[in-house]
Amino acid sequence: MKRPVELTVNGVLYKLEIEPRRTLLEVIREIIGLTGTKRGCDRGNCGSCTVIMDQKPIASCLVLAVEAHGKNITTIEGVADHGHLHPLQEAFLEHGAIQCGFCTPGMVMSAKALIDNNQAPLESEIKEAISGNLCRCGGYARIVKAIASVKAKS
Amino acid sequence: MTYIRRLPSFEYVSASTVKEACAVLSNNKGKVKILAGGTDLLVQMKERKVVPEYVIGLKQISGLNKIEENGKAGLRIGTLVTHHEIARSPQMQENFTCLAKACEKIGTPQVRNLGTIGGNLCNAGPSADSAPALLALGAVLTLQTGRGERQVPLEKFFTGPFSTILEEDELLTFITIPHLKGKSGSAYHYLTKRTAVDETLVGAAAALSLKAGDDVCEDVKIGLCSVAPTPIRALKAESKLKGKKLTDGLIEEASRIASGESRPRSWAEYRRDMVAVMVKRAVTEAWHRAAANKKGSGK
Ligand SMILES: Cc1cc2nc3c(=O)[nH]c(=O)nc-3n(C[C@H](O)[C@H](O)[C@H](O)COP(=O)(O)OP(=O)(O)OC[C@H]3O[C@@H](n4cnc5c(N)ncnc54)[C@H](O)[C@@H]3O)c2cc1C
Ligand code: FES
Ligand code: FES
Repeated sequence: MKRPVELTVNGVLYKLEIEPRRTLLEVIREIIGLTGTKRGCDRGNCGSCTVIMDQKPIASCLVLAVEAHGKNITTIEGVADHGHLHPLQEAFLEHGAIQCGFCTPGMVMSAKALIDNNQAPLESEIKEAISGNLCRCGGYARIVKAIASVKAKS
Repeated sequence: MTYIRRLPSFEYVSASTVKEACAVLSNNKGKVKILAGGTDLLVQMKERKVVPEYVIGLKQISGLNKIEENGKAGLRIGTLVTHHEIARSPQMQENFTCLAKACEKIGTPQVRNLGTIGGNLCNAGPSADSAPALLALGAVLTLQTGRGERQVPLEKFFTGPFSTILEEDELLTFITIPHLKGKSGSAYHYLTKRTAVDETLVGAAAALSLKAGDDVCEDVKIGLCSVAPTPIRALKAESKLKGKKLTDGLIEEASRIASGESRPRSWAEYRRDMVAVMVKRAVTEAWHRAAANKKGSGK
């Protein structure tokens, strides 16, 4: 049986009717239609589905959408400001921290959750923050540099 | 790794009280699963290892997501407190170091923000990282049904891999850890597999207190995970240390005894050898923390 669910995604309130079996990831991608958030493993291992909920990075493949009722959620689409890339996104471009790009939305969300709460993270804190994000292309060194450069600038 | 599909269909119930959750459990015995953080359950459902007709969400029940002082009994941790909350709590880091360290080790930031301490125990995996720490700290569980509640020491909780004494209509609500007495300290040491999830291969936690003014071990508890069908205490190693003056040599001997108490199945020889190493490190660190802890962390 479908249930009413209200989600605020990137500042927009969505009033939906959702089957309890739907994960937050499925609802964001398939019902709301924001496909920036990626489905990798669907079991909590890879971090490509990372979104920020209640200021914290979470794996959206491990959350029932009905349990996200009333929550505030930020996805990769909510990171840029009216077409102006976020400094983190600029830094990923500048540092060549993107290869195939599949892990990038999740990486950016984990990095954003970090710098939103900690303006001058140590390198160890950056590594810890992205420890739940796998990059199959293996671009970790550049990703860490990109994130560190944002703290250096701001 | 098992093939993964989308979640099967189920009816979802959001319980607002423990009583309500217990009522749903007892009216639908065998068909219900409790959902806390979902980091184990939803994966098991996607793998079709578990296909419940009903899923009860606990998150709307107030009071289960707090860490509170509970007088003489000690610190009371609600079952829904997340690994992140425990790992980041200064009080936990200071007074219950082994538990903060274990929770910091679990999964990834994205998993620690969802996964709960109670879910880790109720899932009852042999490699549950919070278990050795809670065993070393002498944790007592509050289990509740519609008929009432009971208090059970953690070492009586696990009955086998992924099984516990929980009745079909019973919930874990609180985990109480007594304050360590006098000059005390604790530590958790582990080795992991090298996979995407870095499951613990051998985990050892120790919590001990010293007699005032010297290095005599007044009390000690040692918890192990991943080296037996369930998390266990290393009771013989504990008795080797209790009441004795601690030395590196004595800790070495106790660690070898702990190794003999472990019953690993796969990679048995390696795990047994590593039990000795992890126990030695955990007891030594707990000892040094206790010795440095002049005022004593307890009350
Ligand atoms: C990528 C990844 C990495 C992980 N790494 C680790 C790790 O390193 N170490 C480790 O120990 N674990 C690890 N885990 C496992 C998991 O995160 C933990 O076991 C977690 O603590 C489970 O808690 P939960 O709230 O998510 O439980 P859920 O998945 O909601 O529930 C787990 C089980 O317990 C039952 N249950 C939950 N709460 C209660 C309750 N109050 N009363 C009765 N029954 C209840 C549920 O019905 C279910 O059977 C990992 C998981 C993932 C996805
Ligand atoms: S898709 Fe969620 S962690 Fe991989
Ligand atoms: S850039 Fe390809 S997975 Fe990270």
